[in-house]
Amino acid sequence: MSDSHGVSLRLEACAKTFPGGSRALEPVTLEVARGETVVILGPSGCGKTTLLRIIAGLEAPDAGGAVFFNAVDVTKVPIEQRKVGMVFQSYALFPNMSVAENIGYGLKIRGVARAERTARVEELAKLTGIEGFERRRITQLSGGQRQRVALARAVAVQPSVLLLDEPLTALDAALRERLRGELDRLLRTLEITTIYVTHDQAEAMALGDRIVVMRNGAIAQIGPPREIYFSPQSRFVAEFVGAATILEATIENGTLRLPGGRIKIANGALAGPVTAMVRPEAIGIVPPEHAALCGRVESVSFVGDRQRLVVTGAADRPLVVSVANSIDVKMGERVGLAIEPDAVRLLPGDGR
Amino acid sequence: MRDRLILGSQLLFTSLVAAFLIVPAILSMLAGITVNYFRGIGSGLTFQWVVAVWDLYAETIARSFLIAVATLVVTLLIGVPAAYAFNVRGGRLARTMEEVITLPLAIPGLAIALALLLTYNGFGDFRRSWLFILTGHVVFTLPFMVRAVMAVLSGIDVKTLDESAASLGAGPWRRFRDVIVPNARPGILAGALAVVTLSLGEFNLTWMLHTPLTKTLPVGLADSYASMRLEIASAYTLVFFLMIIPLLVAMQLLADRSGTRS
Repeated sequence: MSDSHGVSLRLEACAKTFPGGSRALEPVTLEVARGETVVILGPSGCGKTTLLRIIAGLEAPDAGGAVFFNAVDVTKVPIEQRKVGMVFQSYALFPNMSVAENIGYGLKIRGVARAERTARVEELAKLTGIEGFERRRITQLSGGQRQRVALARAVAVQPSVLLLDEPLTALDAALRERLRGELDRLLRTLEITTIYVTHDQAEAMALGDRIVVMRNGAIAQIGPPREIYFSPQSRFVAEFVGAATILEATIENGTLRLPGGRIKIANGALAGPVTAMVRPEAIGIVPPEHAALCGRVESVSFVGDRQRLVVTGAADRPLVVSVANSIDVKMGERVGLAIEPDAVRLLPGDGR
Repeated sequence: MRDRLILGSQLLFTSLVAAFLIVPAILSMLAGITVNYFRGIGSGLTFQWVVAVWDLYAETIARSFLIAVATLVVTLLIGVPAAYAFNVRGGRLARTMEEVITLPLAIPGLAIALALLLTYNGFGDFRRSWLFILTGHVVFTLPFMVRAVMAVLSGIDVKTLDESAASLGAGPWRRFRDVIVPNARPGILAGALAVVTLSLGEFNLTWMLHTPLTKTLPVGLADSYASMRLEIASAYTLVFFLMIIPLLVAMQLLADRSGTRS
């Protein structure tokens, strides 16, 4: 769309201490390029919403912190002058206004003439798939429709940055997946700078150009989805983003020594005790006869498209294995495990 | 059979309680249109006492309505923004302020009146005008307005609505006008209903604060019972009812309509 759409964003040492003295956010520095979608991912209470509210202007950072839009310091600018678009977890639609009035409210505030406003509302209703509902009241809409109205209202004003606070959390699983797809398409179409807060790693993977993983008010790792998934820099990131088995073992002669055998690792030069991570889908089931690593199947749970096995005896803790639904394995069976050297990710020492 | 017996006895009991409360009111109103109450209804019916009341107290009645409306305006102007501020700001200061505003509910009207008299006795013109009574009524009715509006606001997550309006570019005043007031309407109407009724019926405070030239409806009623014929006092009650009941019904209807609409 127009090139006034979207700014680059920079946070410098933004910390937040609440009046009670509790520290919600350690000093955070973050840069977001124009048009980029950055997902802030973390468990509840990790400070991700506080970070979003600082960008929005709903919270002021502690002294020393600063927020820049296109290199202009907006730290002291109140939210109503920051030209942000915001979607709240509860949507916060105005119950006293119709769908069209909700979408057009930001335009009305900016003094856009009625005819132009109507045209723009129509365009947005079409874009977000709620055409035909313009005259309805908010109470007459389903959860998914409300979500779309909230989104249409936020982007109607062509904001410099779009801020979404867990926008899909209030919906049921099937709808969430569908809207995630639509949201992704919409964000690509609009090419708008977007900050998206969620605790759902699948949402983060699907939507983010980059993901910021947060923990205890600090950034644990920043990177593109694949990097976060395949090369986590800490045990926390490894376990929070997708399922992972963490192994504590010793490296000898370029292999990881485990109770049930050995795994070859990529970096042969290393030695000594390490912490390693293996993803369940990176482990293959092979006949036990010639396998370098063996174990016993403790449980099999069939979930339709995959089956999840728990294998004991191979490592110091049960190994979770996710395999194709066509493989025939039974409980108590002895199996061999095949793991590619690249799939074993070594984590820094303590990692926590 | 047993159910009908239970229903019947419940109906009887309710009717008796209702009669106990309503009969005195009806008798009192009847007395107001009886020629001579001591000779009973047999003496005939007349409107002369009602006319006499109107002649004697029209000004008092008008003043009472003036004060009620003025009280409503002031409590709306102070109470609605206060409720909004308390709700959005939160924190200890807001809670303390809310307690302070609510305090007059727990303090006897006489004590409040005494405090006002002690404080403003020196300001002669103010002391003698109806504005002095207005002050008392505002102090007394403000908590009802604030509480009613806050109750509604707390049910609709007004803080997030406010934030979302702000994110769309609306300044504080715009947000208050476009989002807060329309959504707080049921509370505002309920508060207004309470404020008007309380102001019209307020006696304790007003009796202490009034001067012979600033009487209100209830004070005039006490005055007529103390110094006039019983028929005039009763006719006064009748006038009081006739003025207040249609007002209450109208406000209640208004509140119901806005309640079902949203």
